[in-house]
Amino acid sequence: MTITRRTFAQLGAGAMMGVAAPAILSGAYAQNRPIRIGASASLTGPLSSTKNSVVGYEIWRDDINAAGGLLGRQVELVIYDDQSLPANVPGIYSKLVDVDQVDFLLSPYGANLTAPVMPFAKQRDRFIIGILTLAANDKIKHDKFFQAAPWGPNGAEDYARGYFDLAKAEGIEKMAILAADTEFSKTAAAGGRRVCEQFGMQVVDYQIYPPTNRDFTAILRNIRVSGAEAVFVCSYPADSTGIVRGVEEVGIGDQVRLFGGSMVGPQYASLLENLGAALNGIVNFHLYVPEPTLKFEGIENFLTRYAPIAKQRQIDPLGFYIPPFCYATGQMISTAVKATGTIDQAKVAQWLHANAVDTVVGKISFNELGDWTQRRVLMCQFQNVQGNDLEQFRQAGKQVVVDPPAYKSGNLIPFAQARKG
Amino acid sequence: MLLVDLSLNALVTGVVLGSIYALIALGLAITFGLLHVPNVAHPAMVVGGSYAAVIGNSYGLDPLVAGLLCALPFYFLGVALYEFYLRCFESRGLGNTMQSLTLFFGISLIIEVGLVVAFGTDLRSIKAGYVGHALSIGFVVIPYRFLIPGLLAPIVVVLLRAYLTHTNTGLAIRAVAYEERALQICGRDPAAIKRHAFGIAMALSAIAGAALVIIGPIDPFAGRAQLGRVFAIVVLAGLGTIPGTLLAAILIGVAESFVTAFLSPSWAPGVAFAILLATLGLRPNGLFGALR
Repeated sequence: MTITRRTFAQLGAGAMMGVAAPAILSGAYAQNRPIRIGASASLTGPLSSTKNSVVGYEIWRDDINAAGGLLGRQVELVIYDDQSLPANVPGIYSKLVDVDQVDFLLSPYGANLTAPVMPFAKQRDRFIIGILTLAANDKIKHDKFFQAAPWGPNGAEDYARGYFDLAKAEGIEKMAILAADTEFSKTAAAGGRRVCEQFGMQVVDYQIYPPTNRDFTAILRNIRVSGAEAVFVCSYPADSTGIVRGVEEVGIGDQVRLFGGSMVGPQYASLLENLGAALNGIVNFHLYVPEPTLKFEGIENFLTRYAPIAKQRQIDPLGFYIPPFCYATGQMISTAVKATGTIDQAKVAQWLHANAVDTVVGKISFNELGDWTQRRVLMCQFQNVQGNDLEQFRQAGKQVVVDPPAYKSGNLIPFAQARKG
Repeated sequence: MLLVDLSLNALVTGVVLGSIYALIALGLAITFGLLHVPNVAHPAMVVGGSYAAVIGNSYGLDPLVAGLLCALPFYFLGVALYEFYLRCFESRGLGNTMQSLTLFFGISLIIEVGLVVAFGTDLRSIKAGYVGHALSIGFVVIPYRFLIPGLLAPIVVVLLRAYLTHTNTGLAIRAVAYEERALQICGRDPAAIKRHAFGIAMALSAIAGAALVIIGPIDPFAGRAQLGRVFAIVVLAGLGTIPGTLLAAILIGVAESFVTAFLSPSWAPGVAFAILLATLGLRPNGLFGALR
């Protein structure tokens, strides 16, 4: 067959059009396709009690889409189950970026799961919001990382500083530190030890226990023998329960005036219901409680809408701890995108570093590492908890904010006295 | 005096904890020790028993009573599971291979996911009047949530031992561990005996699960933390020895308790395996391997 030059030129032009077509079409489509936000969540595995984070994301997504979307585009969530396993995280985030082509990333829950994704985020220069991760960006120093939790600057050392401020105000000189052998707990414990040194407090006992430990009687006896006046506990839900029960059963000694600090678990409805009055006196960190000093705009509306979803999905019915901050991450993104008029990650990140954002958890501004400029971790003391009724925790007065002063809603009661009810 | 206080408390706590470990490991002592079935799903079955106890407790039953009541339905579940295993693997000569191990890993995952779907992922616990209180004898203080399930274990061991040594079916179960063909010649069906034994192991899982949820809250994945320990106990005791399982578990419990009290809690998980390695080096059949 003879091909003329005209035919050859026509075939060549057609071939070039065919090769270029996907780029042209996808470019046009990209302008209209949904804005994708990708994340992993622990839908199964030991950390699956944190999966109510997804509800926070979804309520925000629904609100944004109902209002017309972002820049005229609908928002879509792409969420995978990391099974609470750090080993699963890198693969998931590679897929989110390279296959799903998400526009923004949200980290997995917590420091243990976020640590594997931070080098990837830095290497690929991706915008990412850390979901209740502690000190995730301290070493990586990624300029497009932002923190969802109110740890404040120097979070590793300072996130629980309020506990030590209380100890110092009470004249406490001897501190015991008890921590689970996990990334978050040991980071918190090490930070606590440094703060003790700064405050001139003696660390009279420092114990690390395996996270599967359920019997704390020997550990608590050792603490009692050490003569500690305060105990800084860095634990996870199941071991938090064992520790609270242990204190109830074998005691901790009347010399202890402050107990708690960094126990994960007493923020969750399941433990509040189970432990009930056994929690009285414990001073522990929280991020939001329904006290009159924390009436941020939109928070009560959010919690009201959260409750029926939680009931239907059999997840934490209160939703104080994680979901509001997950909703806030959406507000961070939407505010910055609207302000810059673009989803360009560098511009969005630059805007967030330079401007504050109003969210359901208050006004947030970020420092150069993406941490909140102001620590807002609450130290709350359980007071006057009666029985095991969960509904009492929706009312003020059960988780009294004793630190920071700006949000204080009541006075600290010495541990032994508070436990007598 | 302080040393005596800590030592006595460590000893008592260790014995009580060891008893609870034994209760959890008993089912595996039957399936793995006597039947040579690599039932790595056993801890997940125990957690299933825990959830059964939680359900019973929600109706006002004491969790141990709930566990005892659930033992019968769990028995029938165990019989059905073994029948499935028999037809798919043992009858095809694949009983002691990686494939049967894979089967039980799969079963444990199915149990876990099933529990997640049915109950969600929040920690579940029971309500009992004795939780949060302790028995004080001098300066020895034992929380009731450890003591009560801990007292149950020796009772179960004695009853199980009596069944295995003083009944024809029990003797047949022990015989099937030695020589199936000889049992067959004696006119007993080894498959039926193994089915029955597997059912007993599952029934024990229900009781062990009740004990597990009394000592602390559980979630669908709580069995994973027990997997290494229960296998260590069964192998340390010597495969198939029921009283040996109790003694080995107490040995591990006491060792862990002393290490926690006098060295560091972070060393305690290694104790079980350190003892196991040391023992197997000297006695490959386990501590009580000759006693069946």
